[in-house]
Amino acid sequence: MEAFSCRCYQFNLLLVMLFVTADIISTVEFNHSGELLATGDKGGRVVIFQQELESKNQPQCRGEYNVYSTFQSHEPEFDYLKSLEIEEKINKIRWLPQKNAAQFLLSTNDKTIKLWKISERDKRPEGYNLKEEDGRYRDPTTVTTLRVPVFQPMDLMVEASPRRVFANAHTYHINSISVNSDCETYLSADDLRINLWNLEITDRSFNIVDIKPVNMEELTEVITAAEFHPNQCNTFVYSSSKGTIRLCDMRASALCDQHSKLFEEPEDPSNRSFFSEIISSISDVKFSHSGRYMMTRDYLSVKIWDLNMESRPVETYQVHEYLRSKLCSLYENDCIFDKFECCWNGNDSVVMTGSYNNFFRMFDRGYRQDVTLEASRESSKPRSVLKPRKVCTGGKRKKDEISVDSLDFNKKILHTAWHPQDNIIAVATTNNLYIFQDKL
Amino acid sequence: MCRLAFWSMSLQCWDDALVSALVGWPPWLEASVQHSSQFWMANMYSKGTKRKFFDSVDAAMDNKAALYSRQRQSLLDMSLIKLQLCHMLVEPNMCRSVLIANTVRHIREEMTHDGSWQLVTEAFGGSGPSDHLVATEVLCRSSALEQQGGGPKLYSVMGYDGCREEEVVTDEALCSVTFSDGAPSLLGTIDHCWDRAELRMAAVENRVIKDSGSEVESGEGAKTVMGQVFGTFEIKNVAPGSDLALEELFSAVDASYYDLDTMLTSIQSTPKMGPYNLLDSMASSHGPTSNSSCRTDLSELDHIMEIIVGS
Repeated sequence: MEAFSCRCYQFNLLLVMLFVTADIISTVEFNHSGELLATGDKGGRVVIFQQELESKNQPQCRGEYNVYSTFQSHEPEFDYLKSLEIEEKINKIRWLPQKNAAQFLLSTNDKTIKLWKISERDKRPEGYNLKEEDGRYRDPTTVTTLRVPVFQPMDLMVEASPRRVFANAHTYHINSISVNSDCETYLSADDLRINLWNLEITDRSFNIVDIKPVNMEELTEVITAAEFHPNQCNTFVYSSSKGTIRLCDMRASALCDQHSKLFEEPEDPSNRSFFSEIISSISDVKFSHSGRYMMTRDYLSVKIWDLNMESRPVETYQVHEYLRSKLCSLYENDCIFDKFECCWNGNDSVVMTGSYNNFFRMFDRGYRQDVTLEASRESSKPRSVLKPRKVCTGGKRKKDEISVDSLDFNKKILHTAWHPQDNIIAVATTNNLYIFQDKL
Repeated sequence: MCRLAFWSMSLQCWDDALVSALVGWPPWLEASVQHSSQFWMANMYSKGTKRKFFDSVDAAMDNKAALYSRQRQSLLDMSLIKLQLCHMLVEPNMCRSVLIANTVRHIREEMTHDGSWQLVTEAFGGSGPSDHLVATEVLCRSSALEQQGGGPKLYSVMGYDGCREEEVVTDEALCSVTFSDGAPSLLGTIDHCWDRAELRMAAVENRVIKDSGSEVESGEGAKTVMGQVFGTFEIKNVAPGSDLALEELFSAVDASYYDLDTMLTSIQSTPKMGPYNLLDSMASSHGPTSNSSCRTDLSELDHIMEIIVGS
């Protein structure tokens, strides 16, 4: 894998593809090679895009993705015990590392996780002895000779079939799934518990974290995200609504309620308000590819933590600090509870996250530079370079700047993904999927 | 002042949203929410603008403090309304509910600490805003029950498909769902609820007296609010004590039961009015009784039981 030394503020990003989806996109994920890009939506559908073969050979167009497969992953269900509908919205998709010709992914809604096999079929057997070509059975008395059926080429068909259904293990809403580096197990986390599954076994899971208090009235903290370490199969982290991250070692005990490490930054007393706790709630946690660092996203910032230092993050990037004075309004319209995700680039030098007004932000860790870009049809003409945007926080508004009060809080970018090797990014607005690549 | 203008715009939007959100709500709930909203609006508009023209340093400092406490009150009311509203949604987001509940707890602790909680409780006619909202949920779990030392019972229930055993916390509250048969056991709990209702009123009154400067009580009160919020996560995400839940549970019962429900809930909206008055309003041969006492005696209880069971 070639290390890219481009600085993010020097990225000249081109809009390569724009897909309009039928439903609100709820998750975006590249597979391990980057050839496939999966999206999940609010209607329970999964759409998989595939990178064009031609574009892999032509570096100028390597961001060309086309629809590869579409299938209905989850259906709405009804919980008779609680008289509640279970939404079919796909909360997360995670790809398994590829082992053979077929691709596997895990998709989950609030309650059920499913393992899907996506396979290609480009040949079909022809020349049966007992069946006609159209499938009707032949009269056995008319069979006078025997022949061996042969495979004939056919148009490529991509089939998605559910191979496992992992159900009935979560009382609360699943917010995360993460495949272990051992490729045999994975974890699923809901608001109060984390379960460990074997990919082959669906009727049993092990509870490894349980923060449910005996008396629910004493509940003050929930789990917001969880992830396995990319290299160490015994290590995972989970984040909480109080802004803490706990690293757990499964070798220490069967139930990992006692953390091995607790990552928490002391509160800044000058910035204290009634909203301090809410904005410290972590909405996403992601390990770096190297496994040395992890990134957390809270409402206003992105923090990079060194796993060897629990006391404070090593880097902090402000995503939209201008919102700090608007917290009360954002609390009133519930925007303060929006859960933004974040992602690393292939060599962990740049991190990316979304914001409002269809803005997304990139932070270059090495050069300490950042850029704000917009994913909208007005500002992204195909094949023309994206222009950096700027938000005016006060005083005289310069040309091309946007004032804070003009921001559209209904246009939020919650889900972004970065190709594991190339500078190709997928950015999801409400129901548009943008794929950008950098211009060479 | 810019900040205030910003606030006032937000408040108008909030009020509009509230009015539309309240369509179809049970009257008692609508009343309590609107009461909170009006209290909030009144504080933000009237008192803020009155003090605009003061010049002295002291007045400026008072102004700041007053503004802060009004904003804090507004935030508290907004949070309580959010918590209440979230019970009406199909699928409340637990993280959001926990964060709002923590905000309420935080505000309440601070207000108790600086003694302003007392003013709030007085404004609500004897019970704090959270108590007021809590008090309307008479048929759900109560701190009174905990004070008695009787905690909720635990039933082990097989989950659907029999794949998972879940601990289902239930108590005798009418809004809980149990796997036992319907009417008889639930009806049998009415007298418990009745006892609890009057105990709750006593508890609320005690809490008002104790609350000034007492952080221990605020913890209990906060616990009760949290109980309302998180208790329902266990069983049924339905507004605690909502008429819908009750109607479902007692659809097979004589319509006179609905009078009981109205009576129980309207007790909480007028705490000074004893249950006797409302009993009088029910169609019964029961003679008029004293208005002065809030206590029910056994004959009244028996009478209620007769009305329900006797149908």
